[in-house]
Amino acid sequence: MTINEIQDEIIEEFALFDDWADKYEYIIDMGKKLKGLPQDQKTEDNIIKGCQSQVWLNAHKEGDNLIFEADSEAVIVKGLVSMLIRVLSGHSPKEIAESELYFIDQIGMSQHLAQTRSNGLVSMVKQMKNYAIAYQLK
Amino acid sequence: MTLTEIVDIQKIRADFPVLDQEINGKKLVYFDNAATTQKPIAVINALKHYYEFDNANIHRGIHTLAERATRDFEATREAVRKFLGAASTEEIIFTSGTTNGINLVASTYGRKFIKEGDEIIISGLEHHSNIVPWQMLCEEKGITLKVIPVNDRGELDMEVYDQLLSEKVKLVSVNHVSNALGTINPVKEIIAKAHAVGAVVMIDGAQATSHLDIDVQDLDADFYAFSAHKLYGPTGVGALYGKKALLEAMPPYMGGGEMIKEVTFEKTTYNELPYKFEAGTPNIADVVALKAALEYMDSIGRDKIAAHEDMLLQYATEQLLQIEGLRMIGEAKNKVSVASFVIEGIHPQDIGVLLDNLGVAVRTGHHCTQPLMKRFNILGTTRASFAVYNTIEEVDRLIAGLHRVKKMLA
Repeated sequence: MTINEIQDEIIEEFALFDDWADKYEYIIDMGKKLKGLPQDQKTEDNIIKGCQSQVWLNAHKEGDNLIFEADSEAVIVKGLVSMLIRVLSGHSPKEIAESELYFIDQIGMSQHLAQTRSNGLVSMVKQMKNYAIAYQLK
Repeated sequence: MTLTEIVDIQKIRADFPVLDQEINGKKLVYFDNAATTQKPIAVINALKHYYEFDNANIHRGIHTLAERATRDFEATREAVRKFLGAASTEEIIFTSGTTNGINLVASTYGRKFIKEGDEIIISGLEHHSNIVPWQMLCEEKGITLKVIPVNDRGELDMEVYDQLLSEKVKLVSVNHVSNALGTINPVKEIIAKAHAVGAVVMIDGAQATSHLDIDVQDLDADFYAFSAHKLYGPTGVGALYGKKALLEAMPPYMGGGEMIKEVTFEKTTYNELPYKFEAGTPNIADVVALKAALEYMDSIGRDKIAAHEDMLLQYATEQLLQIEGLRMIGEAKNKVSVASFVIEGIHPQDIGVLLDNLGVAVRTGHHCTQPLMKRFNILGTTRASFAVYNTIEEVDRLIAGLHRVKKMLA
């Protein structure tokens, strides 16, 4: 699936919920299911500091594609991180670098990406793209 | 325990238009008052009136509007003098807020009178804005920064404070009330002990002025800073009190208009107090509206505000402690209406996000007190802070919200 096909799939999943609580319970569930990172990979190099919670992000290449792994201390952020990974991980650096993320807005979670200081998610998206750009140049 | 016994809560709530709204389909509960309080209509009207009728630059204009603006600006200075119990309006300097006041003292008094090898004492309860300005000064001048530790209840360890004091200490800067925990510090004692070794004392009053009666002369504080927006006034304005003799000895903070007496290219002589520290056109409208905020508090009665908030704090604390896995952070004997807590296994940010969806606004995180959070070995807390317009029913909403949040995250 392309990045946009995955985004559309997530939007469809969220369309099933008409209550905010159902939406958040789904995100919390995804957060709990995300494997996260082993402690030794939660390094200063991988950290994206937010004012309230931090995110750790790791990237490596498998074949032609870029694989992301990430973790957070807060479960809602972790759920959102899980969706970002689902959308972007496993694609070529070019696709990732050129992608436009619209699903967060469409599922009504844009406020989590607007609060730049509070959770590090904006920086995480930026960092994912930076990895993609860097790997493109390699 | 009924609310009507202390204040007329419905009348007060009607004074705050912002409270009358829904968030995510639920009536707003605003419990982030330690970050900033909401504004009564009297303050909003004062701002509106100023811009609609009186706007002019102050002090040097000879036309009617300038006269009116100057009169109202200076009337606030007198109101602040009275509010703080200062001896003279010369001792009241308008600032952009508490942070600005602390930086002013660090940059002027600190730079001129504190030297290499000297010591400055702050406390483990400080907000970053009462840490960083002193660190910057210490780094620049080779001064040592010492810290009064905090005990498990969130109170300052006064025995260690006694040990830290010596002739080397030139300045002590502590908050009157902790923003993260609500602890009321024994500032009168802190000041007296500092004076005994010849040190001056700066008090960060940001969290105290909306809850406590302040009398800078009784406290014998050398400097006292506060922000208007935390006591129902506008943002972007505050005041710094300084003892006249100290302010006179201090060099100016910023250069510009208003702060001068005479300028030639060879030499400038500075204006007298307090104008020496008020370079440039000040935040006139917000200063004018600050008076309305002080009058508003007086119209309810500051003792009544405090009693109402204490009642809410007691009730909230009792109810919170019944939640399984919840631990209060900050259980000082003397505290203002701040309930800071952690719930085992739940990140504060998750609590904040979900409570917001339930219409309840709290603050989560480290509250700009990272060293204090480290002291308690926590990432941060959830903080509910109460103001005069809050109600028992709203506390119940918080408690019900927390039960719901726990269930969702379980």
